Amino acid sequence: MVQFTLPKNSKIRTGKTWPKPDGKNVRKFHIYRWSPDDGENPRVDTYFLDMDKCGPMVLDALIKIKNEIDPTLTFRRSCREGICGSCAMNIGGINTLACIYGLDEVRGDVKIYPLPHMPVVKDLIPDLTHFYAQHASIMPWLETKTNRPAKEWRQSIEDRSKLDGLYECVMCASCSTSCPSYWWNSDKYLGPAALLHAYRWIIDSRDEATGERLDDLEDPFKLYRCHTIMNCTKTCPKGLNPAKAIAEIKKMMVERVV
Amino acid sequence: MRYLTARKRAIGKGSAHTGTAHHWSMTMSAVALAFMVPTWVYIFGHALGQDYEVVRATFAHPFPAILTALILVIGMRHFAMGATMMIEDYTHGTMRKALIIFVISLTTVIAATGLYALIRIAL
Repeated sequence: MVQFTLPKNSKIRTGKTWPKPDGKNVRKFHIYRWSPDDGENPRVDTYFLDMDKCGPMVLDALIKIKNEIDPTLTFRRSCREGICGSCAMNIGGINTLACIYGLDEVRGDVKIYPLPHMPVVKDLIPDLTHFYAQHASIMPWLETKTNRPAKEWRQSIEDRSKLDGLYECVMCASCSTSCPSYWWNSDKYLGPAALLHAYRWIIDSRDEATGERLDDLEDPFKLYRCHTIMNCTKTCPKGLNPAKAIAEIKKMMVERVV
Repeated sequence: MRYLTARKRAIGKGSAHTGTAHHWSMTMSAVALAFMVPTWVYIFGHALGQDYEVVRATFAHPFPAILTALILVIGMRHFAMGATMMIEDYTHGTMRKALIIFVISLTTVIAATGLYALIRIAL
């Protein structure tokens, strides 16, 4: 449900300011910190980095802070090239992947928060358990009823091209956590990421469960909580268009009845 | 604290197998209103500031009268459905149900009152 104020134990206070290094090209970083272990409210710590000694991406800066200033800073990262989706966070007000977001794209101080409106595990790490369960609920695999061929199923070039712009999703959750409908009703609304994946399997020419998939999605909350706000499309770090995928599902729903 | 699996929480009570009719109805009424409302505003604008008898005569004509009646019925239904969706977005539980009942009742009363006034003017 919509909340206009943060719970008392979630209100953010000013945190520690770390020493400023010498150098002409020093940049300030404000980073959200919270640990479940100390019982304290979240805080925003301030760090300074000499940009002449730092890599170009936000993730480079985070790794440098962790390695050289504050080893307690916690965040997820893995591939550092926008494939694994681990380092999704809110940077300068935009949900994106820290590894492919350049520091030169951020104006002024760099403000880094975890993905919005998700439970926080620690610092910049959101709890994505529910998000992943919603993805699993749309059956992200080929459903077939025909037994043959008992080997690879072929697909025309045209049918394969329908999956472009869908299969590239890395499940980073940037889109879903930028969606106000998902903020207020994520208990029922599947969100843009799960719906984009749902469409990926609905539109697959080899899948034989199209009707069942559409049946499962036909719900005022699961699908129709999307109001075409399009934050998802604007924020997607992979340049995908979840809003269009959702619109295509809605069109298919209408085609079934009209 | 409930010991539910993440999958059970995600599935919830399952699909309601409804929503497409609402979506299609909203789309249809939105398209209809996009043409009807400017036409009605044009007619109303012409009548605005005229003498009482001229205004009565304007709305006694079949086209303005029928258009006004359609806007009252379709517009209020569109408003009720849109407002219901908004209430579902922002509220939960008993408050949600109470507000939905209130909005549907309010829009029905507005439409009925408007139709009554229109009949008095037109006939």
